[in-house]
Amino acid sequence: MYEGPVQDLIDELGRLPGIGPKSAQRIAFHLLAAEAADVTRLQEVLQRVKEGVRFCEVCGNVSAEERCRICQDARRDPTVVCVVEEPKDVLAVERTREFRGRYHVLGGALDPLSGVGPDQLRIRELLARIGAEDVKEVILATDPNTEGEATATYLARMLRDFPGLTVTRLASGLPMGGDLEFADELTLGRALSGRRSL
Amino acid sequence: MSLYRDTGVVLRVQKLGEADRIITLLTRRHGKVRAVAKGVRRTSSRFGARLEPFGHVDVQLYTGRTLDVITQVQTLDAFGVGLVGDYSRYTAGCAILETADRLTLEEAEPALRLYLLVVGALRALADGERDTSLVLDAFLLRAMAFAGYAPALTECARCSEPGPHRAFSVPAGGAVCPRCRPAGSAKPTVRTLELLDALLHGDWGAAEASEPGARREGSGLVAAHLQWHLERQLRSLPLVERRAPEPAVPEVILRRAAGLAPPAGSGPAGAPVSPGGMFR
Repeated sequence: MYEGPVQDLIDELGRLPGIGPKSAQRIAFHLLAAEAADVTRLQEVLQRVKEGVRFCEVCGNVSAEERCRICQDARRDPTVVCVVEEPKDVLAVERTREFRGRYHVLGGALDPLSGVGPDQLRIRELLARIGAEDVKEVILATDPNTEGEATATYLARMLRDFPGLTVTRLASGLPMGGDLEFADELTLGRALSGRRSL
Repeated sequence: MSLYRDTGVVLRVQKLGEADRIITLLTRRHGKVRAVAKGVRRTSSRFGARLEPFGHVDVQLYTGRTLDVITQVQTLDAFGVGLVGDYSRYTAGCAILETADRLTLEEAEPALRLYLLVVGALRALADGERDTSLVLDAFLLRAMAFAGYAPALTECARCSEPGPHRAFSVPAGGAVCPRCRPAGSAKPTVRTLELLDALLHGDWGAAEASEPGARREGSGLVAAHLQWHLERQLRSLPLVERRAPEPAVPEVILRRAAGLAPPAGSGPAGAPVSPGGMFR
């Protein structure tokens, strides 16, 4: 045990995800030895992230302003909306450089075991948005796990009543760089049923 | 390091660290087991989708210091595939998993009957041949019976006087006769109590002949009875979509859809009888 502020810092750092007592200690002593300006900058960033970051009023992504950069960008196609669970997933889809439409962040997936039902997600906002804007396609890009699939099913049921709206789901199948022998039955089954001609 | 092998149902998964998950399994021989699946969240994981909730799997584990570690998995039944395609069946399945998790307090204490019941119930749900809500209530009643919490239905819960009785008291433990009846008891219809008795004893003919009113009332009593004995709310139970799925169509859709023919409904089809399973 160290005395006073050093131990407090170690305890606080140790609460962060993926940081154990040893890593916490290492970071704490690194900060202690660092230049005052570096520490001040970190301090400011930490403060800004809590006070300054908002959620985009249209898509629910993290944003510095009322509307995020993607929703403000006039070059993005407003007729295609990609529905994802978390802001992290927006980044993942953006990295592909394949998608030029807009996003809608649900804020999670339907997970009754954790008490998350339709009312806890931004589903009502999505429906309002599709009703108000000229959306032609909704891509359901929730995670390909049990909760994500159930969420996609639920959304598909809600959205099928919209006239002139196409609802699509991300394809699922074998990962690139994988091995057929180790593919699980579920994934391989999906890959087979979703096969395409070359 | 000791290796062991068992079959089990995945009750729950929790994230651990960067790419791992803690998997809670209800196994045939070792009761409830919490084990680590390393790297399962990576797309390149050889476990793939086998360790998702509702999965019925054959697993090999080795005994760790605090948690066991999963080394190999093979799918026996992927109940999840059938369940995620239907929101009401998915929520009912979640309630089954959560109840099984809550009813097995001790880890590694064998719970063979509960394991078989969970597998049977998930199979019945995934097949979709029985009414979702009836399957759930039958599971809850029987799971409570295994745990020693079966409600008294045909006799008085206090004095054992043979029924049928007209009052039901959750704190008293089931149906109560007019003399033992505590204040504030519910007054279900005789048909509701008959339905619950049929579900508890697997009389599907009688259960499926029941009326919607009795089913609704029965579900309420079962939920109240279960949560009283578990001494806590089940998180998934209020989210279960009972009866015909009626998505609340928001006004925006109606406005945009004005003038267009409504699409065909997708209510659950009638339940034909099929062989197999303890939920027959």
